[in-house]
Amino acid sequence: MADLPETITRWFAAKGWSLRAHQRAMVEKAHAGQSALLIAPTGAGKTLAGFLPSLIDLIEPRPIRRLHTLYISPLKALAVDVARNLETPAAEMGLPIRIETRTGDTPASRRARQMTSPPDILLTTPEQLALMLAHPQASKLFGALKRLIVDEIHAVAPNKRGDLLALGLARLRAIAPGLVTAGLSATVAEPDDLRRWLTGQGKGENLADLVLAAPEEAAEPILTMLETAERLPWAGHSARHAIGEIYAEICKAKLSLVFVNTRMQAEYLFQLLWNENEAGKRIALHHGSLDVSQRRRVEAAMAAGQLDAVVCTSTLDLGIDWGDVDLVINVGAPKGASRLLQRIGRANHRLDEPSRALLVPSNRFEVLECRAAIEAAFAGEQDAVTKRAGALDVLAQHVMGMLVAEPRDEAGLLAEIRDAAPYADLSDEDFAKILAFVIDGGYALRAYERFARVKRDREGRLRVANARIAQSYRMNIGTIVEATMLKVHLGKPTGSGKTLRFGRLLGEVEEYFAEGLVPGDTFIFGGEVLQFEGLAEDRVIVSRTTARDPAVPSYAGGKFPLSTHLARRVRTMLATLAEWGALPEQVSAWLELQRQKSRLPGPEDLLVETFPRGDRHYLVAYPFEGRLAHQTLGMLLTRRLERARLKPLGFVANDYALGIWMLGDVSAEAKRHKSFLPELFAPDMLGDDLEEWLEESALMKRSFRYCAVIAGLIERRFPGMEKKARAVTMSTDLIFDVLRRHEPDHILLKAARADAASALLDLRRLSDMLMRVRGRIMHHGLKQVSPLSVPILLEIGKEPVYGEARDAAIGEEAARLMEEIGA
Amino acid sequence: MRGALAQARVETSGIECRLGALRVALDPSGAAFLPDEGALVVADLHLEKSAAFARFGQMLPPYDSLATLQRLEAAVNRLRPERLVLLGDSFHRADLLPLSGSAAALTLARLAGRLRLTWITGNHDPQHPATLPGESLAHLDLGDVRLRHEPEADGRPEIVGHLHPAARLSTRAGLQRRRCFLASGERLLMPAFGCLTGALDVTDAPIRDLGWGAEARAYLIAREAIHAVPFHALAARR
Repeated sequence: MADLPETITRWFAAKGWSLRAHQRAMVEKAHAGQSALLIAPTGAGKTLAGFLPSLIDLIEPRPIRRLHTLYISPLKALAVDVARNLETPAAEMGLPIRIETRTGDTPASRRARQMTSPPDILLTTPEQLALMLAHPQASKLFGALKRLIVDEIHAVAPNKRGDLLALGLARLRAIAPGLVTAGLSATVAEPDDLRRWLTGQGKGENLADLVLAAPEEAAEPILTMLETAERLPWAGHSARHAIGEIYAEICKAKLSLVFVNTRMQAEYLFQLLWNENEAGKRIALHHGSLDVSQRRRVEAAMAAGQLDAVVCTSTLDLGIDWGDVDLVINVGAPKGASRLLQRIGRANHRLDEPSRALLVPSNRFEVLECRAAIEAAFAGEQDAVTKRAGALDVLAQHVMGMLVAEPRDEAGLLAEIRDAAPYADLSDEDFAKILAFVIDGGYALRAYERFARVKRDREGRLRVANARIAQSYRMNIGTIVEATMLKVHLGKPTGSGKTLRFGRLLGEVEEYFAEGLVPGDTFIFGGEVLQFEGLAEDRVIVSRTTARDPAVPSYAGGKFPLSTHLARRVRTMLATLAEWGALPEQVSAWLELQRQKSRLPGPEDLLVETFPRGDRHYLVAYPFEGRLAHQTLGMLLTRRLERARLKPLGFVANDYALGIWMLGDVSAEAKRHKSFLPELFAPDMLGDDLEEWLEESALMKRSFRYCAVIAGLIERRFPGMEKKARAVTMSTDLIFDVLRRHEPDHILLKAARADAASALLDLRRLSDMLMRVRGRIMHHGLKQVSPLSVPILLEIGKEPVYGEARDAAIGEEAARLMEEIGA
Repeated sequence: MRGALAQARVETSGIECRLGALRVALDPSGAAFLPDEGALVVADLHLEKSAAFARFGQMLPPYDSLATLQRLEAAVNRLRPERLVLLGDSFHRADLLPLSGSAAALTLARLAGRLRLTWITGNHDPQHPATLPGESLAHLDLGDVRLRHEPEADGRPEIVGHLHPAARLSTRAGLQRRRCFLASGERLLMPAFGCLTGALDVTDAPIRDLGWGAEARAYLIAREAIHAVPFHALAARR
């Protein structure tokens, strides 16, 4: 390759740095016009490697300023941070360039100006790219684009945002044919899917070149698990027991990042740490729901070295570099080895020093999982990014965006879409159906031709019918659908005990969480333990309580399933008594107690416990196959229990076990018929039952709601009016029922089914397990809960069952209330 | 007789109550049957609601009118009334009727052929097109009971719609939300019959503030039955 320009070599020399091999390789790829995927650990100078070719290109002043490089990040904050970090070298090199960001927080005036007078380098998000591409000036704006960088590509590609971005990339390749792309990724097990994702597939399979940072450049991390002296909770995710010990670690370090998995956990832990904060340490909070200005203040304080610790969620997972972090504390289980390594990488961004990380399990099962994660990290295990077919609802949104930008002919549009890797295998039929949906809903009953959103012009090209359609598209862009929230008020029952009086507003919880609550349930909210009293006027009424170990409200973004690697390690550990020695004494004592009260599942057996609790009966099974497989199993088992007239009410799955509660006496049933449990777990459940269940499940309704919103069937926001999220939930359920009955083959139902199936996934793993345990089901009928079942009973994310039991329960409660008033 | 009106008689076919001198059978379909008049009453069909949305770019499935009318026809087949009273907001927009020749239009014509149809005007359909079979009225008096779209505080016993009531009940199977009738001795508030209609909680101000005595009952519509619940067991107070 040609030598680097002097401007660059001088800058490196002034810094006392030398060009790393992978940085040189990225420059060479760009020089040769080759797209490339760079896989490097955090701190390996990944961002600079991505931008170096652009900086080299931009050394010479250009006659007309046009957009040269587009950088896409999954996080607004990351785009802002990278822009800041890029401005310094650009200024030091004396480059005559303008670098700008464009996010949802960018003022409208600046966004408008960027369309007519763009910077040389623009840093933005997938949603903003989609918006720009839907602009009539898009072809002009991106016409001279030379380089596109996708950061944290492993986090973007495997979801709907990735689908939207892949379609945007395909459009950019069509507008700017010489475009060279670069992907920046953390270590992944199978990079080929990401290499494909980065490049056009229109002329046959095509892979971006792979550039690997040399592994020897990274030092081994120092990774330990907190050996608490306190009592380890049975369940819950607060880590309250270890707060003193976490605080002591923070005091010893210079700057600590404390990672948790959900927003609520972050708030709670933050509050606990402040209660503990006798030394007056400067501790801050950072998560996605905080006000932007507040987040920016925390980020700036971090960078300026004015903080001692930051409690954060996955908003700080990705490659933001805000300060000299020397300790990463991960509270709760990391769920996957890759995620753990990413978080560890936040500490010490210099490769010659090892990262220091401390795992703090928040309950006993998590001790097993943390131990497994540490072993996996040392064994160098990585989680794979799985290949996926592009979502059809996202395609509908994209097609509308394309037609908003300019009139398009059908064949050209389809060819461009198939250039995007997730849609390379899109069938003619599915495309035709999506197009029909975009035009007038695509219903077999052609009732809406008169209202069509898209019309054909004289040349047969497709174009949007009116300005309102375009405006509505712009207002509803994006693939992230907010959950419906309910307000939480303090309050208490009055009078006969059934009337609720409500007072101070505490905040909001997800509706799905609230619907799973039964009066008397406890949960953590806003840093305190609350007891659910009931629901009134769509408000969640709660009282304060002194209960311990409650369930924590869950947030859709906060739950990661246990990876297959870790699940397998946990299973083996549990079945191998010799390995218990490596566990904290409390945990081995817990397992020992289980061995006495019930039994421990062998490596090949399936342990099933049944017991009564309150006015319900429980069945708990321990397949240790991961949450997704357990959820699938849960919904299939509840169907069979419904048919057996045991009136199941709901189920809950975590990574280790599955619990189902019901009105019928399942213990008696299992005792009466020896064949009951073997038949219940018979593998043929994966046939028709699966199909039927999907149609009626809450999960399917939720999937449909997301698809309906993303595809533009339902508008979240429409011109002149703010539609409440509550109204959206109501109507999509009704729409789903009507559509399912009258046009079951509609393309949006197909999209929702595909989503539901992929959310359940792991059918293969479940089917293997069901085959394996035939004849090996160990049933224990107990009088009360077993030690091992306690965590699952307190688990979050309960799935309701829509069956006979619901109506039966209304009848019961109504009769009770009528009796109470003597009617 | 006014006062405690809920009969303990819970059957699969529904519940009977009384409004003034009028006997009313509440049907799990969401319709009310008046046996003395041979009349079936339904409220808030909101026919062609999907088309009204489609006109503004939201392409909701165009099957809501048919689905609603099929349910209505099934109720008619079961209860065999001589007269059908549609309590207003029968059409989501006065200018959008089921397309002629459509299955929905044919179902409507079939109903008109065998029953006396009385269309009460509502806020969504203040005027009915002249082509609509049957009579169009602002209200209908049956004995001392007035059937009208919106509740009015004029002291008259009334059967009304407009508000789309639903109730939430805390049960041991978790919170359940169902459409419901809401009845006192003076007023029967009908659930919305249309299949794409949303619902308003009975404890929300527009319904709660109508004023309901201690004897008021919400009748929750479950799959095959109706369950009476004291209204004040559902209401919250500030």
